[in-house]
Amino acid sequence: MSPPAEVRVAEPDSRIAREFLSGNEAAARGAWEAGVEVAAAYPGTPSTEILETLTRLPGVYCEWSTNEKVALEVALGASMMGRRAICSMKHVGVNVAADSLMTMGLVGVKAGLVLAVSDDVGFSSSQNEQDSRVWGRFVHLPVLEPCDAAEAYGMARDAFELSERFEVPVLLRLTTRVSHVRRPVSVGSRGAPDPARHGYARDVERWIITPNHVGKRIDLRAARDAALARETLASPWNRIEEGSDRRVGIVVSGAPYPAVREACPDAPVLKLGFSHPLPVALARRFAESVDQLLVVEEVDPLMEAELRAAGVEASGKRVLPLRGELTAPVIEQAVAQLLGTAATGAAAPQPVQVFPRPPTLCAGCPYLGVYFWLGHLKDVIIIGDIGCYTLGCNPPWNAIDAIISMGASLGVAHGMAKASAADMKPKPVLATIGDSTFLHAGMSALANIVYQQANVTVLLLDNRTTAMTGGQDNPGTGHALGGADAPRIDFARLVEALGVRPERVRVVDPYELPTFFKALREEVKADEPSVIVTTRPCVLSPDFERLKPLAVIDDKCNGCARCLDLGCPAIGVTRREQQTRASGAVVELAFVTIDAATCTGCGLCEKACGQHAIVAPAGALGH
Amino acid sequence: MDAAAARCNVLVVGIGGQGVMTAAEALARAALASSLDASKTEVSGMSQRGGIVCSQVRIGHQVMASEIRPGEANLLIALEVAEGLRWSHWLAPGAAAYVNTFRAVPPIVASGAAAYPDDPLGMAARAGVEVRAVDADALARGLGDRRLSNTIMLGAASARLPFAAETLAQTLLERFARDQPMRMLNARAFEAGRALERDAAVANIGSEAAGV
Repeated sequence: MSPPAEVRVAEPDSRIAREFLSGNEAAARGAWEAGVEVAAAYPGTPSTEILETLTRLPGVYCEWSTNEKVALEVALGASMMGRRAICSMKHVGVNVAADSLMTMGLVGVKAGLVLAVSDDVGFSSSQNEQDSRVWGRFVHLPVLEPCDAAEAYGMARDAFELSERFEVPVLLRLTTRVSHVRRPVSVGSRGAPDPARHGYARDVERWIITPNHVGKRIDLRAARDAALARETLASPWNRIEEGSDRRVGIVVSGAPYPAVREACPDAPVLKLGFSHPLPVALARRFAESVDQLLVVEEVDPLMEAELRAAGVEASGKRVLPLRGELTAPVIEQAVAQLLGTAATGAAAPQPVQVFPRPPTLCAGCPYLGVYFWLGHLKDVIIIGDIGCYTLGCNPPWNAIDAIISMGASLGVAHGMAKASAADMKPKPVLATIGDSTFLHAGMSALANIVYQQANVTVLLLDNRTTAMTGGQDNPGTGHALGGADAPRIDFARLVEALGVRPERVRVVDPYELPTFFKALREEVKADEPSVIVTTRPCVLSPDFERLKPLAVIDDKCNGCARCLDLGCPAIGVTRREQQTRASGAVVELAFVTIDAATCTGCGLCEKACGQHAIVAPAGALGH
Repeated sequence: MDAAAARCNVLVVGIGGQGVMTAAEALARAALASSLDASKTEVSGMSQRGGIVCSQVRIGHQVMASEIRPGEANLLIALEVAEGLRWSHWLAPGAAAYVNTFRAVPPIVASGAAAYPDDPLGMAARAGVEVRAVDADALARGLGDRRLSNTIMLGAASARLPFAAETLAQTLLERFARDQPMRMLNARAFEAGRALERDAAVANIGSEAAGV
């Protein structure tokens, strides 16, 4: 068995405290102790808390940038200025940042720069499960893979020195099960940033990446690759743990390590923390000491393929699943398969069938009004985007046809509108996008819609926060990180500046169902680009004003269930009935109630109700 | 304490916004304050929007993997009654579930697309789980604040933990260092939860004695 987590931290400078930290908090703490001075990020599960933690620590300039590419460029600028910098994002964020990241693989960095990426292994809140370690191979970056919070702390702290010594960004690759698991971590104190590092030195042959400079940088990168390959062989983050049962030796990197130790306490283990470049000679030596090798890695078979390419026999994805977390039972199963024995442990008990509980929009969410109407629109195509409003794809609204990636709603809608423009009766195409997502990757697509005159109706759902990730500020909120006042983007003026005709820019209150619907109908009918900006803030934001809860007058409720089309979690059903109409048709009736503790008093259901059965408290009391 | 006695896998379950993660963190911190090792994990993601939340706390002399295997939880603390049923199969044979009888009916049930079980506690009991039903919301309102229900639940379950209930109480109360009235209320709520269990124990002994 390996020592407890806190002992695994490689020689902390001074143990001043033991804290109970998530991997994200620990990575932030490690970076802070290393003297990081600039931190930039775009929020995204499971990475968000890295920057949030740094904002609470002194001496670091922190910002939520408009997207991951900008954040990475901010970090590079800081590094060029001689300040240690960290940039954090979720796995799919690297796709956005990739253009600059590729160049950074060539030009490198000056002061230490760490790119902390958290992969959503198990895709609990993402559109895919991509393996960020691939970037290490693609961009020629060293990859550190902590297995828990203590290692996230230690690796983040050590990564800056590594980055500086090799003048290369270091990819600190976390996964959900590292980022969000809390473990005890022994932390130290902050090392003062080294003033000798500070300062800018002009070096155009390096920083201007024109073709005449590229060849030299590629040669330097090859030399760096070779030097890093030697470094990883000697790294204290890579170690062999002896074991008495030599039938299967396990090579493991990152999050599955504790599960490997639990599943196979007697197996020899090659534990890799500095996993790229792969320390092949170490793995070869390890392989020779065991009967067969199992590679345990999330998600793609990268180490496995590299070992095979080096002539080292290894099993991996032949016996392990291609997706999801590699937990102890999964590893036990794989080892048993290799040994030709039955897996130990009892079969998992069978769950009791209980109704699903999909995530919902909050009571009083301004998007309820938007999706109420979008769900009622017939013969339209609605392309959604990434944010709380993604939930509009679910019942009762079922009001989204496609969701692709951050900001993609506008481009996809544009393509659909253009492709069908010459049809006999083209379906109207709509795109829904939130404020932060629009600023992240939607603006250039809207410029294209206007420029090419695509007949798309854009619903810019401005709820004045980056809601889905926990309410981070953005250039549309009027606040900087930490709450200070900041210039606030005026979305109506912005989209007009991008060329949408002022007549086709509508600013509407989504709580005002009739006027919102009128605007929606008019803009869908319009034969040119149009934008509807909704105005109400997120119910979880400080701007939201909670009103007294509404109530149902039981005598007036006729069970029509129209209010349920809002999908508000505050509205419940007290009883159901079947009613046979004069026509013989049988209709399902549902009589409703409103949970006073949940209701925010937004008034949406009051307006949705055709019977005036839902009223504000004064009316309910007959005042 | 030997290793087996120190080992305790706790599932804290509920729905987004109920405070599942805060309750779980208090358990883990109390274990650490008792010189035990602990981990806490959950996949939260989109669950803050009224979805299912399950936080896993592992306690012992030395914790390795942070995930509890189905069938190996020693204690289930459910902050919502149907969630108590949903996770009941994660309990080891003979382990107990402390379930707040509060019902949170989601829109998917209100819309008629799914049904809420009539008797989730009975279903869990029939599946072999030792169920402790706690009307924590009523108790909390009685104490003056509905938000006290989680503290009541932790107090009720505290007898099943491998460390002193007082340590858990202290850990919980640390959060209210600057709010003496809330600190007092939470202290009372925790004791109210503990008292339920003491009363239940007395009742159980009583019924067994009557049986003899």
